[in-house]
Amino acid sequence: MKAEHTRKLIVLAAIWVALLLAPYWMAPLGGYTALATRVLVLGLAAMSLNFLLGFTGVLSFGHAAYFGLGAYGAGLTLKFLALSTPLALVAGMLLGGLCGAILGLLIVRRRGVYFAMVTIAFGQVFYYIAFQWSSLTGGDDGLRGFSRQPIDFGAFKLDILSSANSFYYFVLFCFALAVGVMGFILRSPFGRTMIAIRENERRSRFLGIPVERHIWIAFTLSCFFMGFAGALYALVNNFADPRGLHYSQSGDFVMMAVMGGMRSFWGPLLGATVFVVLQDYLSSVTVNWMSFVGLLFVLVVLFFPRGLLGFFQRSKA
Amino acid sequence: MMTQLLLFNVTNGLIIGAFYVLMALGLSLILNLSNVINFAHGGFLVIGGYIAYTITPYIGFWGALLLAPPLTAIIGLAVERVLIRPLYGRDPLYSLLLTFGLAFMIEDGTRFIWGPQGKPVTIPAFLAQPLSNDLFFITGYRLFMVVVVMIAVALLFLLLRYTRLGVRIRAGTLDLETVAALGINVGMLRSLNFAVGIFLAGLSGVLAAGQLGLEPTMGTGLLMPSFIAIIVGGIGSLPGTLVGGLLIGVASGVTAVFFPAASEAVIYVMMAVILLTRPRGLFGEEGMMS
Repeated sequence: MKAEHTRKLIVLAAIWVALLLAPYWMAPLGGYTALATRVLVLGLAAMSLNFLLGFTGVLSFGHAAYFGLGAYGAGLTLKFLALSTPLALVAGMLLGGLCGAILGLLIVRRRGVYFAMVTIAFGQVFYYIAFQWSSLTGGDDGLRGFSRQPIDFGAFKLDILSSANSFYYFVLFCFALAVGVMGFILRSPFGRTMIAIRENERRSRFLGIPVERHIWIAFTLSCFFMGFAGALYALVNNFADPRGLHYSQSGDFVMMAVMGGMRSFWGPLLGATVFVVLQDYLSSVTVNWMSFVGLLFVLVVLFFPRGLLGFFQRSKA
Repeated sequence: MMTQLLLFNVTNGLIIGAFYVLMALGLSLILNLSNVINFAHGGFLVIGGYIAYTITPYIGFWGALLLAPPLTAIIGLAVERVLIRPLYGRDPLYSLLLTFGLAFMIEDGTRFIWGPQGKPVTIPAFLAQPLSNDLFFITGYRLFMVVVVMIAVALLFLLLRYTRLGVRIRAGTLDLETVAALGINVGMLRSLNFAVGIFLAGLSGVLAAGQLGLEPTMGTGLLMPSFIAIIVGGIGSLPGTLVGGLLIGVASGVTAVFFPAASEAVIYVMMAVILLTRPRGLFGEEGMMS
């Protein structure tokens, strides 16, 4: 047990060191800092989805909607309300989270494939709104005309707009914050209850746990995290895209979580890293990258259903 | 003039609704028996359309109409055997992801084989004529499509009601374990059921090809309304899916008259309203949703 604990601490330390030094080791390997920033943001999104998928055992296939809402919330705030990066992040998170909370009420009673179907369909509602309401959202072209703002601490200014490295560390700080909160919730009695529901819903119900309410809370929290990740993504690109709300984006998030390993906290980050780097590479070498991404889905499902981490853990045991 | 406009859009809605019905019935069959959300269903529609396009020059439109759907069903059968069968009994997440990836591959594959430009499919000349001058929008082909869909749906319901296969599919939908315990080959049942669903997708592909022309992405646009048709009609109920498909087709047709921008949004609003007032959908049955 003691050895297990030390091993966990070492892995955790390794992850954070790798993340902290990313701008320095990415470049020699052929990557670039902006790619690392994207990995971090999409990884946070995949972890937020996994909060629901892997730890409550509920399959949402429409989570991109809340990600996209976060992006539009941040973009619209910067464009029309105030030139403040922190405010944009909060606005994006609130927009994604509150919409998730409201729709969650409509869908918590469904289970399994039916939950997935209804979440897909409701997710598409937001896609159509972003797509059709061109006067506000820019429609098909996406929302442009805003950019992230340097953060003024009074004594000094953090220039996240022009310096790729400062922006990376700003995103890493936000990531650490969100992941910390996520880990804290999962360790709390509420988090333990989520896992109990995942393992055996009927038994949890017999124990007197209000299962629907817990699923609703988990769904809502996950949407808040998702909105936060989406808001960061808008800052990464200085752009919000309606395709970021589409169900195919949800599919990518689910894929990242499954490919990394749904049952582990850090798995989705690993999945996102592999997925984003692979997609970046494939789309630069072939026009038929869609086929390869599709093939990746098929292969992972057939041969690595427990994800990369699950695969390594099993082959070690 | 207003009545004609309204009539025009209601007809449009019914025709689109007929497509939704064909797609949604196939999806629904597979979902009910095998618990698989087939994301690649739109892909199979595209395959059906392109097969028809490829064989029309040799055997004509009528030959293609007869031959393309069974050919599509055979491809579907192969896909089910090789890729989907290993996933039965696992978390539905996996079949969802697999068919999702498959949809990507089919879309990109058709683009690779037939090119990204739209392809026209020639329909017999007498079908392309409008029926009368007043009702210029009802071409023979549109009427023909609706008739074909009606026949296909009627045959499907007869199959399910009166044949041994149909009875087994319905029984399996209710309680697959008991059906297996009675000595019925469940694997075979699922395969045949999948093939029937894909047959319907192939048929809608051929019909859509004659009306809209072919594009690699045409299946994706029809997938989401078909999902909603199933949810509105009530998951687990095929008559519900039928009504749901027609309902959302007509609803979006009528909305197009008064408020064109909302013609697509209206089906989502309908879904929300129905889920609020009747959580199981119009024809959904107790126990089917969980």
